[in-house]
Amino acid sequence: MKYLKFLLIGVFFGIVLYKSEAVSWYRIYEMFRFESFHMYGIIGSAVGLGVLAIQLIKRNRLKSFDGEAIHIAPKEMGLTRYLLGGCLFGLGWALAGACPGPMYILAGAGYWPILIVLFGAILGTFTYGIVKKHLPH
Amino acid sequence: MSSNLRTVCAIGGGGKVADFFRFDWKSQIWNLVVVAGAIIGGFIAHHYLTPDPSIALNPVTVDRLQSLGFENAGSSYLPQELFSLDGLSNPKNLAILLIGGFLVGFGARYAGGCTSGHAISGLSNLQLPSLIAVIGFFIGGLTMIYFLYPLIFG
Repeated sequence: MKYLKFLLIGVFFGIVLYKSEAVSWYRIYEMFRFESFHMYGIIGSAVGLGVLAIQLIKRNRLKSFDGEAIHIAPKEMGLTRYLLGGCLFGLGWALAGACPGPMYILAGAGYWPILIVLFGAILGTFTYGIVKKHLPH
Repeated sequence: MSSNLRTVCAIGGGGKVADFFRFDWKSQIWNLVVVAGAIIGGFIAHHYLTPDPSIALNPVTVDRLQSLGFENAGSSYLPQELFSLDGLSNPKNLAILLIGGFLVGFGARYAGGCTSGHAISGLSNLQLPSLIAVIGFFIGGLTMIYFLYPLIFG
């Protein structure tokens, strides 16, 4: 029962991303060509609302459903890992036309070839875990 | 969203080969439940809420995609060349999907987050590392679309 809220959030997330076409390969291509406001509108409004929500949480010290204080861990400072990792991620995002969230959503929609992308992503994650100590961070 | 990929590796026994997968994955079950919800959400949206799956792309984008060999760009939700079972019989398409996924998985863990972690949550929390990661996302994405697509699909 304690997981119900997470399930509902996931269902909502899936429906919103599918209906907003954010999980369409075409929209990702169009975004990277700067030929539509569509994806920038989606990401921009999400970030705008996110900034407001996080400020509200921090300033009013809002608590979660379970009554615990909400603490959002800051990201560790650095440059190399974010820039290099980001570039690799971007190459894959533009090629497969999907980032991790959309992969799950498209699998649910029944576009079976996305499972190959998902398998590749798990393989990539696994490979990172193996070679992590040899990479600059 | 991408940290679930790490959790899957940990559940699959990845901890035996790398410390990176040695953590208490049970603490991440909530996140897997979100994924289960997203799968259900995709199913509901596709089967019950989307009578017309076409995408109203910019006509300029459609022309460009047609010149790259994507027929009927925008008339379906995803390009059938890559995302139909017929398309999978072409080893090149299989490689594109596999390599694309690999880069997403590898890059997301290297950068410590994906679109949801950096572009949405990180930027919302005004994190400089997330801004750097998002700049990286675009350097990679633009390189792929402008320089590599003509070589891959042209």
